[in-house]
Amino acid sequence: MKTLILTTAALALSAGMALAQSQTIRMGTEGAYPPYNFLNDKGEVDGFERELGDELCKRAELTCEWVTTDWDGIIPNLVSGNYDTIIAGMSITAERDEVIDFTQNYMPPAASAYAGLNADVDVATGVIAAQATTIQAGHVAASGATLLEFATPEETVASVRNGEADAVFADKDYLVPIVEESGGELTFVGEDVPLGGGIGIGLRESDTELRAKFDAAIQTMKDDGTLNRMIVKWFGEGAATF
Amino acid sequence: MFSFCTDPATLSDLPWMACYLTTGKHLNFYAAFGTVLLLLAITAPAALAFGFAGAAAARSRFAPLSLLGKTYIAIVRGVPDIAFFLFFVIALDQGIEYLKHQWVCPDWDQPIRQGNDFIVCQAAKVPLGNAAQWVHKTYSFFVAAFTFAIVFGAFAANVLYGAMRAVPRAQLETAEAYGMTHRQTFWRITVPQMWVYALPGLSNLWMVLIKSTPLLFLLGVEDIVYWARELGGSKTPRFTDYPHGDWRMWYFLVLLVFYLAFTRVSEVVLDRIMARLTLGQATTGGDAQRRVQA
Repeated sequence: MKTLILTTAALALSAGMALAQSQTIRMGTEGAYPPYNFLNDKGEVDGFERELGDELCKRAELTCEWVTTDWDGIIPNLVSGNYDTIIAGMSITAERDEVIDFTQNYMPPAASAYAGLNADVDVATGVIAAQATTIQAGHVAASGATLLEFATPEETVASVRNGEADAVFADKDYLVPIVEESGGELTFVGEDVPLGGGIGIGLRESDTELRAKFDAAIQTMKDDGTLNRMIVKWFGEGAATF
Repeated sequence: MFSFCTDPATLSDLPWMACYLTTGKHLNFYAAFGTVLLLLAITAPAALAFGFAGAAAARSRFAPLSLLGKTYIAIVRGVPDIAFFLFFVIALDQGIEYLKHQWVCPDWDQPIRQGNDFIVCQAAKVPLGNAAQWVHKTYSFFVAAFTFAIVFGAFAANVLYGAMRAVPRAQLETAEAYGMTHRQTFWRITVPQMWVYALPGLSNLWMVLIKSTPLLFLLGVEDIVYWARELGGSKTPRFTDYPHGDWRMWYFLVLLVFYLAFTRVSEVVLDRIMARLTLGQATTGGDAQRRVQA
């Protein structure tokens, strides 16, 4: 075992010396949050952020590769260098900004919404499901409702369906297709809640050069309207655009 | 996969199922069974080797070595698996990159730790940032196997340590009377006889190891439980050609059958090994075998 690791390391070493230093940007995402990012039938990363990320890399003239990871470990793996960006529907918040850096937002601040089995759930006192370590989970904890945390977005919705939670609180964009396709089983509850400062690409604080490149690329997409068209394509006509 | 799969919405149940079960995602799921079996095939002997080394070290008459063995057993057994897996793997990865960094980028002038960030030069990344995806996957697989081997090695060490001490004292005295050295006694008397005492503990460990593979996803290796959860989750028609409700129950049922079958096979094999090891031993099992033969 030890020799295997050593051999692998030695191989990687010798390969590293032979190759030129062209850098591949590794894009970290969750792959479980449609329409932002998900795995398609072929098992590849797909969705709004895949299309956006590929376009940004093209404009910034970078070679990019997609990596999926667990949401819980998405920031630790970024700062320890296992990939170079987080592009996973991550809202820009002050707490996260202390640990990592964000580009300018590529999605305007989006509304979060409650969805439950019926419309008269009291979201201030009920049991509310949310994905762990998201701004939604933070909001529910602060609102006084009982917070039920899950590792994946899928499980939060399943917990409402099986009655464990009264409602789920998540990005509205994530819930819209689910509520629409549920055939009346699920419905939105109460008012939408605006949270966060929009969604941006997360980067290591020391990666200022890469951040500047992505910032510039996002700006060109905002300026020529391609970003708005992409948002409408994935989130529908009613989505907030720039 | 099949030629008739171009428009799944028009298919009847059976061909639909055939297409659904052969999507790229499902092939990844099937491949993950191979990953899990391969992990077990590598980890089990490696953990046994770590365990043997640990137990032999803990028994050593050379005090520092004995302390080292006992520390290894105590620390790794005492730390929760999940904490160990998260901490150790990142530390191991950064350690390797740090050493490589010192070697390939000696004239790097920036600090390696900048706030929360761990920064080494591009050439010191393991695997390299521009390496193919399979290289990254292979690397994380071996890091995972290594971590599993260390964790389960500590438990195996404790089992073997106990087993070595369970070998009847009379056997060792006889060996000494024959003039065997300490080393000879260890290799010719203790080691061959300890397995019968170690096997029940080791078989427990094996069963726990089989079922702990979901920890793999913590290490970035997509295992069968990850895929079952991903595939079983309900899918809306907007993002897939094969929409379905919450099918996690069925996928987990498949896993249940797999794990039960696998543990059953293990039990049968372990029983046979036990019968083989008991042969001629001064234990109740050995006596029972003798009486049957007589």
